[in-house]
Amino acid sequence: MDDLIKYAPELALGFWENVKLSAVGAVVSLILGTILVAMRVSPTPVLRVVGTFYVNVVRNTPLTLVLAFSALGLSDQLGLVFSQVPRTNSFWIVAMGLSAYTAAFVCEALRSGINTVALGQAEAARAIGLTFSQSLRMIILPQAFRAVIAPLGSVMIAMIKNTTVATAGGYLADVAATMKIVFDDTGASIPIFIGIILAFMALTMPIGFFTGWLARRLAVAR
Amino acid sequence: MSTSVLFDTPGPRGRIRNHLLTVVSVVAVAALLYWVYSGFDAKGQWEGKIWEPFLQADTWRYYIIPGLIGTLRAAALAAVLALAFGAVFGLARLSDHRWIRVPAATVVEVFRAIPLLLLIFFIFYLAPTMFGSGDYAFIAVVLGLTLYNGSVLAEVVRAGVQAVPRGQSEAAYAVGMRKNQVMRLVLLPQAVTAMMPAIVSQLVVLLKDTALGYIIAYVDLLNTGFKILPAVFFGSLIPAAIVIGVIYVGLNLLLSYLANWLERRSRRSRKTSAAPIAPPGAEAVGLRSGGGLDSTD
Repeated sequence: MDDLIKYAPELALGFWENVKLSAVGAVVSLILGTILVAMRVSPTPVLRVVGTFYVNVVRNTPLTLVLAFSALGLSDQLGLVFSQVPRTNSFWIVAMGLSAYTAAFVCEALRSGINTVALGQAEAARAIGLTFSQSLRMIILPQAFRAVIAPLGSVMIAMIKNTTVATAGGYLADVAATMKIVFDDTGASIPIFIGIILAFMALTMPIGFFTGWLARRLAVAR
Repeated sequence: MSTSVLFDTPGPRGRIRNHLLTVVSVVAVAALLYWVYSGFDAKGQWEGKIWEPFLQADTWRYYIIPGLIGTLRAAALAAVLALAFGAVFGLARLSDHRWIRVPAATVVEVFRAIPLLLLIFFIFYLAPTMFGSGDYAFIAVVLGLTLYNGSVLAEVVRAGVQAVPRGQSEAAYAVGMRKNQVMRLVLLPQAVTAMMPAIVSQLVVLLKDTALGYIIAYVDLLNTGFKILPAVFFGSLIPAAIVIGVIYVGLNLLLSYLANWLERRSRRSRKTSAAPIAPPGAEAVGLRSGGGLDSTD
């Protein structure tokens, strides 16, 4: 218990980095995922192929490889730099890698949501003369989003837990790296471990409850 | 012609618009590819000498294959243990006795909520203090994967048993079977068929997550391919990433196709009265097969 109190400020700072990564990851991955799903159902075969290829490749690559490649390959070797400050740069590298990875899962969730939209809805949209982008924007996606709020919540929870892999992308300020450094000092400390787990649960459980509640509230009546 | 109902068979104006969109997207994709190509070119990533190591048998013999074996070894052991863990805790959660059900539920929910990497770190640091010094990377990876994926599989098992229609267990009780007979002879055989696709998709997750071992220096494919290999063949980092990326994606796609095939098969199957359950993470979407809109694949 003493260890937890002694190292609490460092761990809290580390955890705050995970929260920031999660916030950026949630926003960017939802936007990217929506673009990807629009590509995958679009009337343009090229875009469909590109979207499918992206999702299948990224979804089947370990996040550790995605992040390690972003840091060592894209940033160090190919010169993709977000900031001259190394720490800020690795934060954005990890945030973007995490978002690119999560977007594939967001896309898959949304696509299964599109599958739940009743056939008549799309047919009616076409019948009154809406174009593809109009019917997607005004008829299909709003219903698809409402159908997949709970699964999207699970994707976001998984993403929050995945922020701990930031270490692989060379971002050593997050709580997993901090815990490792502290453990080097104290050995495996059960109170510290439980403290960090509880912090994560405090973040993920409300999201689970909130998305569950929202999903029931906004369920499409059929 | 695509069969999707999201868009009509285009008329003259629609056709022009679609052609225009196709041209624009082809140009955009080509521009992106060229940008990547020229970016690689500017940094000399297409030079033959950094790709050469991957044409030599020794590179595969001493680096890639041992790493792949490390990955598969950890994944296989963890998969077997996770399935056992999942079966035990999944069935325990279905128990009629509160004193079994509640602890099992707690264990499953807690391990599902812990970020896997933290769990692996914790085991990695805890093991030496309990069992003396040694190399615990393998044990930490396998145990972490087992506890996390086992908890997810426990939920799959529970959902699978619950997906069997109630009439089945009622009929079994009516002919005088005991609780354990009902589970063993009636519910489980049908549930296993319904669970198979979800189990295999979870095994894809497990295989992918073995790569977390890289962070605690477990000798897996990512470690030998992405850390050791580029250190030996200087400059081969990007080619190495591409080669091992292809291996990972290939392995996982193979497993995913297996999952899809199993799902189609169990949908047709007359051996079970339960519909296949959704893979974990896709729950509550429902209607996956019922005449949805998008039929692009």
